[in-house]
Amino acid sequence: MKRHSLLVLVLTWFFSATIHAAELNIEITRGVDNPIPVAVVPFAWEGDGMLDEDIAQIIGNNLEQVGEFRALSRANMLSMPREEREVHYRDWRILAQQYLVVGKISRVPGGQMVQVQWEFFDINRERKVLGEVLTGSVSQLRDIAHEISDVVYQEITGRRGAFATKIMYVSAEGAIGDTTYRLHYADYDGRRAQVLLESREPIMSPAWSPDGSQIAYVSFETDLPRIYIQDLATGQRRQVTNFPGINSSPVWSPDGSKLAMVLSKDGSPDVYVLDLATDQLMQITDHPRAETEPAWTLDSQNVLFTSDRTGQPQIYQADLSGGFPERLTFDCFYCAKAQFLPDGVNMVHVRRATRQDNTYSIAILNMETGRVITLTDTALDESPSVAPNGSMIMYGTTFNGRGVLDAVSIDGRVKFRLPSPQGDVREPSWSPYLN
Amino acid sequence: MGMQINNMFRTAALALTIAGLAACSSTSDTEEMPMETNDTAAADAAAAAARAEQQRLERERMEREREEQAALNTTVFYFDFDVAEFQPSDRETLIVHARNLASNPNRRVRLEGHADERGTREYNLALGERRANSIRDFLIVNGASRSQLETVSYGEEQPAVRGQTEDAYRQNRRVEIRPAG
Repeated sequence: MKRHSLLVLVLTWFFSATIHAAELNIEITRGVDNPIPVAVVPFAWEGDGMLDEDIAQIIGNNLEQVGEFRALSRANMLSMPREEREVHYRDWRILAQQYLVVGKISRVPGGQMVQVQWEFFDINRERKVLGEVLTGSVSQLRDIAHEISDVVYQEITGRRGAFATKIMYVSAEGAIGDTTYRLHYADYDGRRAQVLLESREPIMSPAWSPDGSQIAYVSFETDLPRIYIQDLATGQRRQVTNFPGINSSPVWSPDGSKLAMVLSKDGSPDVYVLDLATDQLMQITDHPRAETEPAWTLDSQNVLFTSDRTGQPQIYQADLSGGFPERLTFDCFYCAKAQFLPDGVNMVHVRRATRQDNTYSIAILNMETGRVITLTDTALDESPSVAPNGSMIMYGTTFNGRGVLDAVSIDGRVKFRLPSPQGDVREPSWSPYLN
Repeated sequence: MGMQINNMFRTAALALTIAGLAACSSTSDTEEMPMETNDTAAADAAAAAARAEQQRLERERMEREREEQAALNTTVFYFDFDVAEFQPSDRETLIVHARNLASNPNRRVRLEGHADERGTREYNLALGERRANSIRDFLIVNGASRSQLETVSYGEEQPAVRGQTEDAYRQNRRVEIRPAG
């Protein structure tokens, strides 16, 4: 029962956090033409009273949100099987369903734990693909639903799901001169949002450690931009930098040993790397113009960065040994904030194609073919953050004059929006796999 | 000009002295009044001229002070899109700031650089710093001391005005001079 241990998530550390943030709700703004039909039957609850969460609904939403699937409406279901012996393939075939998920939930005797038994069927092949039993507390029903979604997603697409991942984002709320900034933590879909940090001064650039246990960010709480690292389990935080000028853009190396950052202590912003074990600071770029927005290559040996050394921002790559940086973008007026997808070939970035066009979009440059795909068509898109499975990119944009978070699939075909009821939200940061 | 003013000052001072002496000696003797009318008139005219001159100088001084104060009250400087150099029309105002800092060595100010929201946040942080630095360097060249000036960039994080209009963007691309805490 490997899954058991995965579900024993330490959620208690959040009980002390302020529950303030309004939840983001997902709206699909654009989907694929021929989504895969999946029926997720309401899971039967065999205990007393009502459960707070509807697992089948969460699974259906998850699958629809990535755009590749369409969940069958409950009103159209001809039967409501709870387990394999109640499944009649014909009921689902005539509704043109390809996959079926059923399950039931019962209380584990003598405790607060519940047991979720679920099964997954391939309608065309008329066979059960898999079934398992998951155990967790009632407060973990959403986690269980995300776990099941990940398995279903992987079985159908062959790719690892990212439904059990988290996001961080920053919000700014209140009038000019009376703004409250908050750093939030939420499920990937914006649900169960928690406030990690609240300040009267700006908060920027949230970043995850590769194991998901720590976060780094920039806070202006001392009236100056300084980098902090916070432990998620204990809530303990420490100020990592206190150099004159800009201290910004903390990014962990994939191996977890280093923190790339931007410091302007010598007159202009340059990229530095801090060795977290030895506290040694290494300068990566040295140029009188602005070098900023570092991002690591997968091997932790190179750093992408933005520089305006030729006049306008362009993307460069430098190796840690201090070789001459290589320029990577040439065909745009403004190319910035680059990051490699997990394939190490495609590079997501913010692009303004020409001086005249005046829109900032999220785009992907294939480093092997040189081909550019522009994924978004809104005007003020920034801060792209990639899901750990590389399937989606979440980014900040502006809608009706407010900052909102959007996500787009890697092929640009599927989009969903996480609107917030008030204030500006920005700078999403998608967690690594946490299980 | 200076010379002329000086001479007029001396003439006026002399005229005032004579007028004063005349006033003393004349006491209340009304008989003597007609005799002295010419002299007194001249002295009065000179005194009036002197007063007018003094008032003019005072007005000029106050005007200068007012202008200086207006310059010192101008604490927000705006920038063109993607440009880090302040506008040439702000030169004189910034010179006044620099001289004021030079003559008040204990005064410290904070230069807060800002960008509009277009483009990436971290690059805008760099742009805001560059703007603050361009004003800092100009103040130093014109007499302020490096130790009186602190710079900080807020990038696009603290807009002066919300909205996605050119006008909002123009008001947000700025450096604000504030008293250092």
